[in-house]
Amino acid sequence: MARIIVVTSGKGGVGKTTTSAAIAMGLAKKGHKTAVIDFDVGLRNLDLIMGCERRVVYDFVNVINGEASLRQALIKDKRCNQLFILPASQTRDKDALTQEGVGKVLKELSKEFKYIVCDSPAGIERGANLAMYFADDAFVVTNPEVSSVRDSDRMLGILASKSRRAENGEEAIKEYLLLSRYSPERVKLGEMLSVEDVQDILSLHLLGVIPESKSVLNASNSGTPVILDEESNAGKAYADVVARYLGEDVPHRFIDEEKKGIFGKLFGKK
Amino acid sequence: MSTDTEAPIYNKSALEFKSSSFSSPVLVIHSTDLKQIKHQLKEKIAQAPEFFKNSPLLIDLKFCNENEHPLEFEPLIEFLHKEKLFPIGVSGANEEQKNTAFKFYIPLHTIRGAHAESKLPPQSTTANTTENTNKKSSDEAISTVENMLITQPVRSGQRLYAKGDLTILSHVSAGAEVMAEGNIHIYGALRGRALAGVQGNTQSRIFCSALHAELISIAGHYKTSEDLDTLDQQKPTQILLQDQALIINNL
Repeated sequence: MARIIVVTSGKGGVGKTTTSAAIAMGLAKKGHKTAVIDFDVGLRNLDLIMGCERRVVYDFVNVINGEASLRQALIKDKRCNQLFILPASQTRDKDALTQEGVGKVLKELSKEFKYIVCDSPAGIERGANLAMYFADDAFVVTNPEVSSVRDSDRMLGILASKSRRAENGEEAIKEYLLLSRYSPERVKLGEMLSVEDVQDILSLHLLGVIPESKSVLNASNSGTPVILDEESNAGKAYADVVARYLGEDVPHRFIDEEKKGIFGKLFGKK
Repeated sequence: MSTDTEAPIYNKSALEFKSSSFSSPVLVIHSTDLKQIKHQLKEKIAQAPEFFKNSPLLIDLKFCNENEHPLEFEPLIEFLHKEKLFPIGVSGANEEQKNTAFKFYIPLHTIRGAHAESKLPPQSTTANTTENTNKKSSDEAISTVENMLITQPVRSGQRLYAKGDLTILSHVSAGAEVMAEGNIHIYGALRGRALAGVQGNTQSRIFCSALHAELISIAGHYKTSEDLDTLDQQKPTQILLQDQALIINNL
């Protein structure tokens, strides 16, 4: 049976799609057969971040409506043969998703894949609800600022009450916190919430802190999941996240300010 | 809530047993005069026909069985059925009445009567016939479990309502709302709204280990976060009502 992971946040623009792409690639690179699904019907982005937008023929909604088979719609990643992408439809809206249809697709994927990563749209409406409904694990992506933290908190409430597991009275969804766009310098200046502040409000298991990094935007623009940029801090942080999720004991990084040497200070090396 | 399944865990089970509680009107019979009962019951139903329509009903015969002549139970049940009321249990029945109950597939109950004081006085409920079995039946009381215990954080957007006391082992997030007819105990920080004594119990209190609430209220007397700014918010705190004023104390 596959493990279904939902990447969610409530708030938009916090890095859900970046995270979905990165952890899906990370899991696949570790040798686990992984599918990543874009639930953001009408505002599809995952294919761009994954760099496969020019290979999209059929999409998630086609599969749900029986207009295409899963095999036809899944796009195999060119960099890693264990990774498949199921893109969203850009011409429909979220009402095209039905609980029954999503359940059927996930069930079929579960036969073949080890991990299924569901990239949730922002908000708490239909798309987001369906993305999390069947999940086993939830990655809650949060930025260190109050509105994002509160939206995540709201999302956690929904995860605890409206998922399949909650409705069937099964073991609750495992929730993990992923703190993204973190900048220790700005935390020090009091412009940003610290890891402790966020943990105080959310009390979740911290899976990783992703530092604010230029490489994320570069990666998005070039259609490469940032985890493949092994030199960048964000790439390293996502690699840590995947390792921790798979049960490895990896110490947290990027929480404290980096100590720059004299040359670093002089030349502003990042 | 307890679940109890014997089915093999590999299959999705087709059913499960759960325990839950709900409230139902209780018809307390005081008289054995069937004519009188029928007449008064009709009057009551006429006052609130929608309330009684197809309503489940518990029948308490304890008091009427204190009379010398036992009540004829069978005609009463037939009358109730005719009035579209569905008896779902009988309490305090004698042997003959028990047999009648079995005949109509009505199970026997022992009505628990512990929620007496905190409730509204009976005259404000719809009718005397449906009053809660108050102190009178407390000799056969088993304490009701109407208190609520929450072990997880209460998240933004969630609402909780406890009929008795509400105990929360974690925090209450901003944007969450917790309400109780009794006291509220929060062992984490209170950042959302907490309303104790919502049915008017002025003796109820709120306890929390840090007070960053958006709103606190006891029996309708409330304060918003604006009024709470000056306090030492990091300390364990209790909130109580004294002479119509909310008192906030560090513990």
